[in-house]
Amino acid sequence: MVAITGEFTRRFVKNKIAVAGLVVVIFLFVVALAAPYLAPYPPDEIHTSSILAPPSRAHLMGTDILGRDVLSRVIYGAGVSLSVGFVAVGISIAIGMLLGALSGYYRGPVDSIIMRFVDVMLCFPSFFLILAVIALIGPSIWNIMIVIGVTSWMGVTRLVRAEFLSIRERDFVQAAVSQGASDARIIFLHILPNSMAPVLVAATLGVAAAVLIESSLSFLGIGVQPPDPSWGNILTEGKDNIEIAWWLSVFPGLAILITVLGYNLLGEGIRDSLDPRLRR
Amino acid sequence: MGRYILKRLVMMIPVILGITVISFAVMKMAPGDPTSILTDLNPNMNEEAVNRIRAHYGLDQPWYVQYLKWLRNMLMLDFGTSFAPDGRPVLDKILERIPITILINLVSMFFILIVAIPIGVLSAVKQGSFFDQTTTIIVFLGFAIPTFWLALLLMILFGVELEWLPISGIRSLDYADLSIPARLLDLAKHLVLPVFVSAFGGLAGMSRYMRSNMLEVVRQDYITTARAKGLDERTVIFRHALRNALLPVITLLGLSVPGLIGGSVIFETIFAIPGMGQLFYQSVMMRDYPTIMGILVIGAFLTLFGNLLADVSYSFADPRIRVSG
Repeated sequence: MVAITGEFTRRFVKNKIAVAGLVVVIFLFVVALAAPYLAPYPPDEIHTSSILAPPSRAHLMGTDILGRDVLSRVIYGAGVSLSVGFVAVGISIAIGMLLGALSGYYRGPVDSIIMRFVDVMLCFPSFFLILAVIALIGPSIWNIMIVIGVTSWMGVTRLVRAEFLSIRERDFVQAAVSQGASDARIIFLHILPNSMAPVLVAATLGVAAAVLIESSLSFLGIGVQPPDPSWGNILTEGKDNIEIAWWLSVFPGLAILITVLGYNLLGEGIRDSLDPRLRR
Repeated sequence: MGRYILKRLVMMIPVILGITVISFAVMKMAPGDPTSILTDLNPNMNEEAVNRIRAHYGLDQPWYVQYLKWLRNMLMLDFGTSFAPDGRPVLDKILERIPITILINLVSMFFILIVAIPIGVLSAVKQGSFFDQTTTIIVFLGFAIPTFWLALLLMILFGVELEWLPISGIRSLDYADLSIPARLLDLAKHLVLPVFVSAFGGLAGMSRYMRSNMLEVVRQDYITTARAKGLDERTVIFRHALRNALLPVITLLGLSVPGLIGGSVIFETIFAIPGMGQLFYQSVMMRDYPTIMGILVIGAFLTLFGNLLADVSYSFADPRIRVSG
């Protein structure tokens, strides 16, 4: 494992794209955690003297319809987007690993049932399913985390299943079986740790996807609710004031773009470094 | 051929049942029950009236009875009546909205194909060139740009600043007075931005996919053979490689159906296009449960149909599938 890790680090560091992605991701973490120190104003502070003011020295990204500083709201928005991304991905990975492990380990009817379930879930346009559930249980930051998580585990399930199907035939697993190890022990101690590589890639790319979905939902007014700042709900104001305040539309979108790009690059970079054969 | 299609259809039955089960489960997740929107704020409601309404909708029965009744209605395409003030049958509301959504999706699919395939082929053939590197960067940006943001930027640029294109709706105010060609031009002008926005994500994905397909195919033995025979490069690429690299595109098109349909919510809402996506958004905002459920089920069936169409076309294009599949 140490040898593999060293090999991985060496390849990763050499990969410019991967390093660029990692830098962006770390930068976003710093911004999210240090928001109170980085933001020039509190995100909800209202400057009545400058409503819908264009970017200036005092307000680098301008102000919104209530006179709040857009830069501060974008900075605080980073934490909101990233927490939605991480919790949602955590949920989807947990479901995906469990179902994938059961499917690939037990095969047979268990596998058939779980795989048909995956097929069915993939038939729903995911945005429709998410919106329908949100409409029923109501929009809140916790609800969107859960809903994004429970509608995006299918890819992970397939990946983990494929890993299990191949790893369970390997000698070290057969050795564990012949020693009478329990199913749970084999699944969690022997096979799962060895099938984490593709899950890591899927998780990284999943954060990017979840951030995109959260911002779309917030933009449509059914995600993070104002006054909580989210890149998506600032863009809603941008749309409402599209003819007079371009800065409300440009900067939050740029933040989303950079975040998604960063996680995508990091994910691709991890994939290439884990297995150079997969490189295209 | 017929047998293959029949087999595919039979395999769809459990998936169709699954779709209905999940849709029903989603519907049951609502807090309270769907009648609360009719009863909660109505001062004239007493318990007896509430129970009568619940009985009217069959909500007093066990869930499996409700499911079977609902399933029977679904199979007869009866989605109930909308909770919106118009109170019309859900099916009618959806059917009048579907054509524009399908039109935009078909046009953007066509657009994706004619743009992404040449780009993908060219970057594969000239792997590592300036063109390849530029398109790779653009593709990564394309994956990361939120479509609704792209829509906003394009609206600001072409609608507000340059005033070249209208930014909402599908018809101008003077539409009724226009001649037929002018009407088509008017419609086209309204659809340029929505089609571009809905195609954008697919454009990036498809060109990337096409590029890796081509790179894969070019490595095959029969391409080496074709070159060894002394065929010129043009023939090798377009007659031998491209044909084989195009096959998996059919599958990808099928797989992109749910994304396109789901994406219609976003661009139809932004551009105020009266399609199924906008209806869905409006129903979500109004908590019009019957319409939400109707669109959810129809959306899933459209996806299933798209996949079936892709599989069948694939088997037409590639005889190996018919024999072994």
